[in-house]
Amino acid sequence: MAFAPSSTSSAPRTPTGDVHLPDTARDLVKILVAGPFGVGKTTLIDSVSEIRPLHTEEPLSEASAQVDDLAGVRDKSTTTVAVDFGRISLPGGVVLYLFGTPGQERFRALWDDIAYGALGALVLVDSRRIDASFDVLGLVEESGLPYAVAFNAFPDAPRHHTREQLRAALDLEAGTPMVTCDARDADSSVDALLALVQHLIDRNAPEDAR
Amino acid sequence: MTGRRDGRPLVPAYLSTGGVARPSRSHLERLSVLTGTRTPAPAGLPAAQLALLDALDEGSLTVVEAAALLRLPVSAIRVLAADLIDRDLVLARAPIPPAGRFDPDLLKRVADGLRALKHI
Ligand SMILES: Nc1nc2c(ncn2[C@@H]2O[C@H](COP(=O)(O)OP(=O)(O)OP(=O)(O)O)[C@@H](O)[C@H]2O)c(=O)[nH]1
Ligand SMILES: [Mg+2]
Repeated sequence: MAFAPSSTSSAPRTPTGDVHLPDTARDLVKILVAGPFGVGKTTLIDSVSEIRPLHTEEPLSEASAQVDDLAGVRDKSTTTVAVDFGRISLPGGVVLYLFGTPGQERFRALWDDIAYGALGALVLVDSRRIDASFDVLGLVEESGLPYAVAFNAFPDAPRHHTREQLRAALDLEAGTPMVTCDARDADSSVDALLALVQHLIDRNAPEDAR
Repeated sequence: MTGRRDGRPLVPAYLSTGGVARPSRSHLERLSVLTGTRTPAPAGLPAAQLALLDALDEGSLTVVEAAALLRLPVSAIRVLAADLIDRDLVLARAPIPPAGRFDPDLLKRVADGLRALKHI
C-alpha cells in the first residue's frame, strides 16, 4: 500500500490464510464496490476483508457467453480483467462479499454477471475527477441496483465543492446517500457500507413506516 | 491442500474442462456454495475435477473462491462443478433463498453485523 494509515485510523483487519467457509455461514450476500481505475476499490475491500485479498481473472470476450462455451478460456490471447473480492463473516450467519467491479462500459457483460443477485453497489468517486465515474453510474443505474456514493478522501481533493454541487455534478437523485470515506481505514469503509445498507433498508420499508 | 502457491495455475486453462459439455444442473452463481460429498472419486476423473474436489476436502467454498484458488475463470469452475454435481461428488446450494435479498430481516442482520464490526 502506498499510504500508511494515520495513527487515528483503525488498522486493517488481519486476514486469515484459509479461504474455506466458516461452518456458521448461512446467508451469502454481495455488494459491488464499483468505480473507475485507481479510485480505491481494492484498498477498500482489503481494509475490511477477513480473507487475504483474492481475485479471479475474467476473460472479457467470454463473460456473457453460455457457461458451456469455453472458447474464450482456450484462447490464450483473450484479454482478461482481474476482479478482486473480499469477505466479511458477520454475526448471525451472514457472510458479506465485496466485489471490486470495474466501471467501464466495455465490461458490461462481466458487470451483469457479477451484479446478479447483489444487494446493491457502493460507488466510489474521486472528487478530483468526477467525470471518470459517469460510466459506472450509468451501468449501476441501468442494472437497477440500488446504490450509495462514497467520495474517497484523497489528500489533494478539492474542498471548495458543496454537497449540493457534488450531487448536481453526479446528477444523483435526492434519496441517494452520499458519504465521504477513507478506503484505507476499516471503520471508515464499514461506515460507507452501512450508509448503503441503511439505504437498502429504508427504500424497502413501507411508506407509512418511514 | 496440494495447490501450488507459486502463481501458476494448477491446470492449464485449455485442459481444465476435460471435454465436459454442459452443466446439466441449475445455474451456479458466483456465490453458490460447493461442498464435497466425501464419496471416493472414481478412477480416471480428469485432473481439473480432482483439483476442485481436493480444494473442497477441507471445507466448503463458493464458486468464486474455488476459481480464485485454482486460478481458473469462474466459467470453468461452473462447468467443472456441474460435472461433479452430476456424479454426486459435490453438492451445491444457492447463496440465499430466492428473493432473499429483499428480505428486511436479512438486510437488518447485515446492518447489525457491520455495526458490530466497528466495536471489535
Ligand atoms: N489518500 C487516500 N488514498 C487512497 C484511498 N483509497 C485508495 N488510495 C490509494 O489510491 C491508489 C489506488 O487505489 P486502488 O485501491 O488500487 O484503486 P482501484 O480502484 O482498485 O484501482 P484499479 O484496480 O486499478 O481500478 C492506491 O495507491 C491507494 O493507496 C483513500 O481513501 N485515501
Ligand atoms: Mg483494484
